[in-house]
Parts: sequence; structure tokens; C-alpha cells
Amino acid sequence: MTGATALAPALAPAPAPSALAELSQETLALTKRLFLQLQRRPSTLVAGILQPLIWLVLFGALFAKAPAGLLPGGVSYGRFLGAGVIVFTAFSAALNAGLPVMFDREFGFLNRLLVAPLRSRFSIVLASVLYITSLSLVQSLAIMGAAWALGYGWPGGAGLLVVLGTLLLLVAAVTALSLGLAFALPGHIELIAVIFVANLPLLFASTALAPISFMPSWLGWLAALNPLTFAIEPIRAAYLGQFSLTRVVLEAPYGNLTAGQCLLVLTLLSVGLFLSIRPLLDRKLS
Amino acid sequence: MERYPGPAVIRLEQLSKRYGSVQALAGVSLEVPAGCLYGLLGPNGAGKTTVLRILCTLLAPDQGAVTIAGINALAEPRLARQQLGYVAQEVAIDKILTGRELLELQANLYHLPRAQRQRRIAELSELLSMDAWLDRRCGTYSGGMRRRLDLASGLLHSPAVLVLDEPTVGLDIESRTALWQVLQQLRDGGTTILLSSHYLEEVDALADRLAILDGGLVIAEGSPAELKRNLGGDRVTLRVREFASPQEAEQAQRLLQGCKGVRQVVINRAQGHAINLVVDGDEVLERLRQQLSEASLPVFSLAQSRPSLDDVYLQATGRTLLDAELAAVASRDPKAEKKQAMR
Repeated sequence: MTGATALAPALAPAPAPSALAELSQETLALTKRLFLQLQRRPSTLVAGILQPLIWLVLFGALFAKAPAGLLPGGVSYGRFLGAGVIVFTAFSAALNAGLPVMFDREFGFLNRLLVAPLRSRFSIVLASVLYITSLSLVQSLAIMGAAWALGYGWPGGAGLLVVLGTLLLLVAAVTALSLGLAFALPGHIELIAVIFVANLPLLFASTALAPISFMPSWLGWLAALNPLTFAIEPIRAAYLGQFSLTRVVLEAPYGNLTAGQCLLVLTLLSVGLFLSIRPLLDRKLS
Repeated sequence: MERYPGPAVIRLEQLSKRYGSVQALAGVSLEVPAGCLYGLLGPNGAGKTTVLRILCTLLAPDQGAVTIAGINALAEPRLARQQLGYVAQEVAIDKILTGRELLELQANLYHLPRAQRQRRIAELSELLSMDAWLDRRCGTYSGGMRRRLDLASGLLHSPAVLVLDEPTVGLDIESRTALWQVLQQLRDGGTTILLSSHYLEEVDALADRLAILDGGLVIAEGSPAELKRNLGGDRVTLRVREFASPQEAEQAQRLLQGCKGVRQVVINRAQGHAINLVVDGDEVLERLRQQLSEASLPVFSLAQSRPSLDDVYLQATGRTLLDAELAAVASRDPKAEKKQAMR
């Protein structure tokens, strides 16, 4: 029964679906693949929650008896730290965005995708972005839950939207960077090395663990230019119930920045990074 | 090409490609007629994979044109890809997905509607006997299973052209024979097939037409029967000793070159200095024995055969396919190969 039909080439083409329909079909299929991998190998998800959770608990405990009033706003260290660890969670997840793509490049799976008549080869990139964004948000929400359980608060109402929106902007920027590295570097060993080296220094050279006022001048400058800081301070403000776009959240060596300005920097960074990796992606995928 | 009256489904014109200092392709041209099972024969490093990658729009040539089913593949790669199914040499599967999930992904990438997806997967699963293991994870599959899965994934969208790069490397005899049968059935059903191989017997058994690729150029083209017929003459392999010295071999060569009915005498240095001769016919063999006996040269073995594809290869390139393979293995650069394969 099936022999003849199984082997014969297609004769009459079906009516052509729209470009958007095809793009959705291929993007969703590629995203589904990534989620299936996660479902069957959840270690990425678990590790991405466990590590920041340990930081939250340990660092929070480390400075639990720090004198009151030491930190800006007079908050406890745990509350101060919460925003930093949440951003660190999202950042770490997004920094790993390039790994699945790198493995696909290395082991030939990408070639399989490139031989297919994709409506746009950027659906490969889009699938990675959708997946990592979802993963980062889930992990960040888990850490936010843990922070709430530890008594470090919960951003109310609009504050929650601010937190999620800020995280999305940061994740977009870092995902673009990671994908760029995945296409630029020669193998997964090099990519893992870069991720490994970049992760902790970027965290320490930000306001995740300490305010700028605690830092020597040179570190203060680094922290004030670190993209993580531009995400942490608006989230900190949202947690304190003090969010307003015009309110100053960052007292940097070069001047004060409002929450709105911090978010603008993050937006420009995301857009800029995606634009800058586009020629590389064009070259590799076309 | 009387068997193939229609236009060529695949046309490659003057393809050239350089990787750094290495000229992988130096002007490859060939045509594959519709409904033909076409073999691309050559040792590793001859440029076969490069040709197939260019054909499947994975790689752009430095120069040349690629036409698939009338479509200019370099100008309209997406349209060309709709006509092609590609089964790569390295089976790239996702170990954590099941075979079925991989096929569903593939079907979505080719934009098959849902009903057609399920139907095609069921058809191909039955055809390639995958029902028993299709819902297991790909990481548990044997080499033969992976190859069948890869073939199914190349056939999902019922392409007009199926391209296979060394499809039976690493397979046991049973899997290989089964794959050959499927390919022949596909060809009989109207699919045009282009496969590359460094196995002479595979190309001889399967191909309706073939091209021999060596050093980035097509050096012979035609049906296996035509190529062998054009060679003409019988093949005689003489071993003066099991492993003769170069001097003995050269002495025998000088002696036999003048013999009536002998067209060509070549010393095969890689095969213990055996002497390969092309002769007019059976009667020459006796003359050879006489000449050797008169010159008091020993004869370890003297064998005669009709021309084979190996002889076609030897005639075209000056060495046997085995020697070319050995030379290619010795000069392989796995790092460079990996870099070329990686996007």
C-alpha cells in the first residue's frame, strides 16, 4: 500500500501558506525541540535555580548582622541582595544561550537546519531567544519566590511588571551577546571558557552584592558602566515600592541616573547588540 | 543518454571552490538526468562532499552555476531546497529526541501540513522498518538505524532529488544491502538520486551513470558499462614474485611492452610492484607466459579479467582507487575537515 506512494516524488504542490505561517511553524518547531531537551535533561533548569539560591542564602546569611543603616535606604542586606541575585539568575541563563547553538554548529545539526527551506534562517535565532527568555524568566521567578520566602520582599503590582520588563531587556542583550559568541568562537570549549571567565567578574563588578559607595573609585566606575547595574537598580527600586521613571536610582561617578535612563540604556544595549551581531549571523547563516 | 530523454534535473557548471591554499574543486561540471541514480566516485579528498554541499546550498562556490529542476540554486536557494532531500555523511541527530520527534521537527521545517506530516512519517516508518524503534531516543540507535532515520528525514517532503553523501560508510553488509534496495526502489519510483561513494562495488551495483572525481575535476563520465567498454581490452595482473623488487618489475615491464597484443604496461608500486597490463584478448596471455619463460623471469601469479571500474579509475588517474584512498588517508587533516563542515 504505502510502497508506491512512499517512494514517489510529490506531484501536485499544495496551496502555499503565508510567510508568517511558515515562519511561525518553523520557529515553534525549533523552540519545541529546545524545550524537549530541557524536559528530558532538566539539569540546566535546576542548576540555574540552585546556584543563585545558594548565593541568596549564603550571602544573605554572611551579612545578616551587618549594622543597620549601612546600606542606602536603610534596608537589610538580604533585601539589598535580592535584586542582585535575581538579575544574576537571568544573566547567567542568558549567557548560556549560545551553547545549544554552538553544539549544533559543532556536531552538524545546524547543517541539517540550513538545508531545509526555512522561510527565514533567523527563525533559528528566534527560537533560541524565545527559549532562553522563557527559561530565564522561570528561573528568575523561582528566585523571586525564594527571596520572598526568606523575607526579602515581593514587588507589588506594577513593580512586578517593572521587574519582569527589566529582566527581559537584560536577557535580550545578553542573549544577543551569547549568540554572537556562539557563531564567532570555534568550539564549545572556547565558549564555555568565555562564559566561565565572564560570569563572576561581571557579577562582582556590579551593584549586585554591594553599593557603589562601598567600592574604591576604579571599581565604582566599572560597576557604573556594567549593564547588570542598569538592571539591578530599577529592580531594587521596584522592590522597595519606590519605582518611578524619574526617580534617581543610580548614583554613579559620572552622574546620577533615573530609573527611566537605566532602562533606556538597557534598551539601547539590546538593540545595539542585536544589530552588531547581525552581519555575523548573516554570514554564517546565509 | 537515450534512456533519459528529458532535461537534466541537476546541472553543475564549472564549479570551483578553494579552502585557503587548497583547491578543492577546479571546474566540476556534470548533468544528472531525471530518474537516474547517479554515482559520484572518488577517494576521500577528491571533492565529492564539497560538490554535494554546494548542490545542497550549504556552501557557495567561488565560481560556477548550480541548477536544480530548472531553479538557479545560487539565486533562489530556498526554492532549490524544496526540491532536495539531503542525507549527509555525518549523521547529525539529536540524541535526546526520539526518531519520531526528529521527523516531526523535520516535517515542520519543510512546512508540511499536520495531516501530511503524520501520513508521511507512518509511510516512511513502514517502508524503512522503523516502527519498532521510532519512539525510542535517537541516542539508543545503532548506525544502521540512524542512517535509516536520516534517509526518512530526507524523504519526508517527497523531494524530486535525493542527495546522499557516502550513505553506506560504517554499515554492516545487511544494512548496506537493504539501503541499496531502497535506493533502487526510489529510483524506479521516479526520484532522481545523486550519491557519492568511495566504494567501487557500490557505484558499480547501483549507478545508472557515474562521474569519477579526482583532484577536484570530473575525469570520466558515463554509465558503468560504457566506461568499461570504452576502455576495451582485457586486464592482466602479473606478479613476478609475491613482492617483487622494482628492478624485477621494470625488467618485466620492458620485456612485455614490446609483446604483440599488449597495449599498456603499468607497474603498481603500492601492490608489491605487481604489473597491470591491458591486452587485446585471451591469446595474448599465452604469449606473455612464453616471453617470461624465455627470459627466465619467474611468475608468481598471472590473472586475467574483463575491465572493471577500478581499471576505469586506474586508466583515468594513473593509480587504483585503493592507492588513492590510502594516499588520502595519509594526508587527511581532521581539524581542517571539521572546520569546513562547521558553519
